[in-house]
Amino acid sequence: MNYIINIAWIDRAYLIECTLHTLRLLLLGYFIGVALGLVTGITCGYSERVRYWVNPVIKFLGPIPTSTWIPIVMVVATSLFKGAVFIIALGSWFAVTVASMTGISNVDKDFFDAARTLGASSRQLVFRVAIPHAMPSILQGCTQAMSSACVAIMIAEMMGVKAGLGWYMNWAKSWAAYDKMFAALFVICFIFTVVTKALDLIKRRVLRWQNGVVK
Amino acid sequence: MAEKKVSLKIENVSKSFAKVENDEVTHALNVIDLNLTSGEFVSLVGPSGCGKSTILRLVAGLIMPTTGKITVDGKEITEPSPERGMMFQKSTLFPWLTVEKNIAFSLKMQGKLKGNEDKVERLLKVIGLESFRNDYPGQLSGGMAQRVALMRSLINEPDILLLDEPLGALDAFTRMNMQDEILKIWQEKGQLALMVTHDVDEAVYMGTRVIVMDANPGRVVADIKISEDYPRDRSSAAFVEYRNEILNRLHFGGGR
Repeated sequence: MNYIINIAWIDRAYLIECTLHTLRLLLLGYFIGVALGLVTGITCGYSERVRYWVNPVIKFLGPIPTSTWIPIVMVVATSLFKGAVFIIALGSWFAVTVASMTGISNVDKDFFDAARTLGASSRQLVFRVAIPHAMPSILQGCTQAMSSACVAIMIAEMMGVKAGLGWYMNWAKSWAAYDKMFAALFVICFIFTVVTKALDLIKRRVLRWQNGVVK
Repeated sequence: MAEKKVSLKIENVSKSFAKVENDEVTHALNVIDLNLTSGEFVSLVGPSGCGKSTILRLVAGLIMPTTGKITVDGKEITEPSPERGMMFQKSTLFPWLTVEKNIAFSLKMQGKLKGNEDKVERLLKVIGLESFRNDYPGQLSGGMAQRVALMRSLINEPDILLLDEPLGALDAFTRMNMQDEILKIWQEKGQLALMVTHDVDEAVYMGTRVIVMDANPGRVVADIKISEDYPRDRSSAAFVEYRNEILNRLHFGGGR
């Protein structure tokens, strides 16, 4: 263990560079996917029409696993970076879309009635009633999306991208420098834990109102 | 301090719904004609399926009549408005907002919250829940939640107060307390209150006028004025007589 920490420290400049690369890829793909997913999911959940057209797309693209995408995307994409971001974003997009769609369509109609008799406009019905009500589902989707993103990025890095922690691990392995490999592994675990924990804290703050009601 | 006097006219109104699964039509309400004014407390009582909740939702503006029209002071109702406040059987408080924010919700939606925070404060005091202002609806009891729901709609000082079986889900003692509380508020403000209930005793206890409805088809079978003073005695001879009359009209006769 000490040995690993030692090696990590010695090689830290390189490790940090790879970490940053990984993080950039991860967060970029994740937030793009989440943002698009929210738009898709919320409009689909709210509007029967939109849902009619978009649902088939979701059902078709969603279930395809990341590893299947990679060869195709890596060939077609204009740059490896963009290709990787696309894959990560796709996984996140799917999770968030499905979750938001479910969340929005499950809003009890009574809340809309109540809000309307209290003078809410159509826009307010979406942003002040539907979305807050769907928050638990949406945030669950975001958590799921983070898992998908983490998996996707590791696969992407090991199979194509030329930098980042996944790549570092492979590279270290190919030199039989297993200490470096383990060091990278620890860093990966650390990052994923931090990111997931941050998401959890956000969830807990936003969903304060469920304390004592759910769980 | 009474609200301005309004006159609610339900003219030649009927309501039918198309069924989802097939091409049939549900006739929820046969033609109804009613005239109501401020200062009245109107109880709408009848068995399940008689259309009483439908009338309420039509007056609220949540649904539109199939025939006829509903007017307030001559102006037709086309959409919900804070001037026709509504209370539901489930308190329908927004679970993600605190008690205080729930009460202030309507003002916030209309952009009138600035400068009116004292109104929210005052209403919290009326129901005695100042210490609960930062609690969430999930932490309140049924009675407390309904009180908050009442204040939430009263903050707009509506001319018409619509109550859709608001006390149906409460236990007997809370219900009796809430009945008196609602009556007290109504007496202070003098709005037109229209309350749907399936409890004949409640209808007689609270209403200055009881409109009795029956189902198949949904229609008004009686329109009874009650001129007893408040607070009413639930066991007085007059009370029992009104009650029996209503039950008889609905074929649940007893005592005659």
